[in-house]
Amino acid sequence: MNIAVALRLMPKPGDELEVDDSGTDIDRDYTEMVINEFDDHALEEAVLIKEATGATVTAVGLRAEGIDQALRVAYARGADRVVVVEAGELDPYDAPSAARALAQALRELAPDLVLTGVQTPSDVFGQTAPYLAAALGWPQANVVVGVTLVDGSAHVVQEYAGGRLAVLELGLPAVVGVQSASSPPRYVSMVRLREAMTEASAETLNVTVEPRAAPPEILSLARPEPTEGATMLEGDAEQVASQIAALLREHGALVS
Amino acid sequence: MGDVLVYMDESGGSERLLAWARPLAEAAGGELVALRASGGATTDGQPAADVLLEVSHSSLSPYLPEAHQAVLAAAIEDRRPDLVLLENTTAGYDLAAAAAAAAGLPFVGYCVDLILEDGHAQSTSAIYGGQLLATSRTSLPAVVAVNSSALHEESPTAGRGERVQLAAPAQLENLRTKFVEAVVPPDEGVDLTKAERIVCVGRGIGGADNIPIAEELASALGAELAGSRPVIDSGWLPKSRQVGKSGAHVKPKLYLTLGVSGAPEHVEGMQGSELIVAINTDPGAAIFHVAHYGVVADLFDVADELTSLVG
Repeated sequence: MNIAVALRLMPKPGDELEVDDSGTDIDRDYTEMVINEFDDHALEEAVLIKEATGATVTAVGLRAEGIDQALRVAYARGADRVVVVEAGELDPYDAPSAARALAQALRELAPDLVLTGVQTPSDVFGQTAPYLAAALGWPQANVVVGVTLVDGSAHVVQEYAGGRLAVLELGLPAVVGVQSASSPPRYVSMVRLREAMTEASAETLNVTVEPRAAPPEILSLARPEPTEGATMLEGDAEQVASQIAALLREHGALVS
Repeated sequence: MGDVLVYMDESGGSERLLAWARPLAEAAGGELVALRASGGATTDGQPAADVLLEVSHSSLSPYLPEAHQAVLAAAIEDRRPDLVLLENTTAGYDLAAAAAAAAGLPFVGYCVDLILEDGHAQSTSAIYGGQLLATSRTSLPAVVAVNSSALHEESPTAGRGERVQLAAPAQLENLRTKFVEAVVPPDEGVDLTKAERIVCVGRGIGGADNIPIAEELASALGAELAGSRPVIDSGWLPKSRQVGKSGAHVKPKLYLTLGVSGAPEHVEGMQGSELIVAINTDPGAAIFHVAHYGVVADLFDVADELTSLVG
């Protein structure tokens, strides 16, 4: 059983983002790109399946600044193979284009199951799993919080509003958009990461994808206007704490 | 032409999307068309749409992504709407981009505001977890996924109310997806929806080791402790304490956040709270747009001071 994990990159969560001079993209010069956190959960789920069944895990990512490090992390976390997809001038941050390039590579790698994150929080114009599934002609399910292999098919736990869950059986091959892994992504020590740097040797796959005809365009990118919203409390920690306490009292929000 | 097609999510809440879509149908000069895919008999009541498309088939309930995908694709093919709208629920994640890919239409996600003009959709999308707003221009027809946090409780205007039965697509007889079973999440004795006060920690809490600091504050306030998705996914708090899209939807008297950035998926679960106080080190954090009071500070310093003041 071969599992492929499609990895895309995202600015490190929690980092403050700046808009570049064009006003339509983030300033990537000062942004550390890491594995999209949902893809990180997909990777963890794949490695958990590998540990349970002996499946092999192949991590696949599109050529972009930061992908080599991301694939080394994937290797250190338990991927057996790492593959960089070279797609020329293709914009790796346009989800439909990225999915078409990744789908070409996946056709070649012919996995039984593809796991990827349920969303990439930068994707205005697409979403990886459904576009991959459409390009490959495979069934898919998203917002998945657990995957197991049962008799040659995948059992996925899909989550709905309010935390309701259901188990669905997907005939293989299939694409799964993972929300969270069955257990939190494992920690990789610096020592292991350094080992992976020498051990991991990324294979390269070349694909050719025509650019999208008349793609939608970003007109502007901006921080939300601070016109509405919170009244900001000023002062040192002690001062703001006493202001909060006073507000809670005023609003009857304290236990009487 | 000019129609707006709304996919009705069986898990509910689609009335809000219909209300949101009505002005768009008017702007497009078309009708508001609702699509309901269900497993059995049609429901009564006056639909808020001008046209209600109904598809019934045993494989449509319980929900199967592959089956609903086929129905939505067939409805788009049949009606050729200018705009297809889905809410960013689980079904929205399964179906919206898939429908766009299948029909060869452009897709716009994370939409919080939409204007139709000159055959184009101008959308505002909340990306990077709500940190930035992207304004984009897309040619019509298009498929748009709308963030739940952008929808409000309002009664949709009654529509013409025509009902049309659509034949179930042939693919439904040949699905590669099967429903296995519903799973009841374990009852861990916490019901956040009943809590009057909630202290919620986000990624900014930094790690499981720091949870006791928030616990002490919660205990001093008589509040339940909750977490946003990254906190739950990292295993720092149990799933039963999650607030947001995939956790509890809460409306307590007090909702105090520590290091929560305010991603749309989180806001959706708590924006109805009576009093929201947010503490975050990032002055640009999206949580400050939904909070009533905000503090830009180190959460640990403020939490300690507040604990000793109210404890």
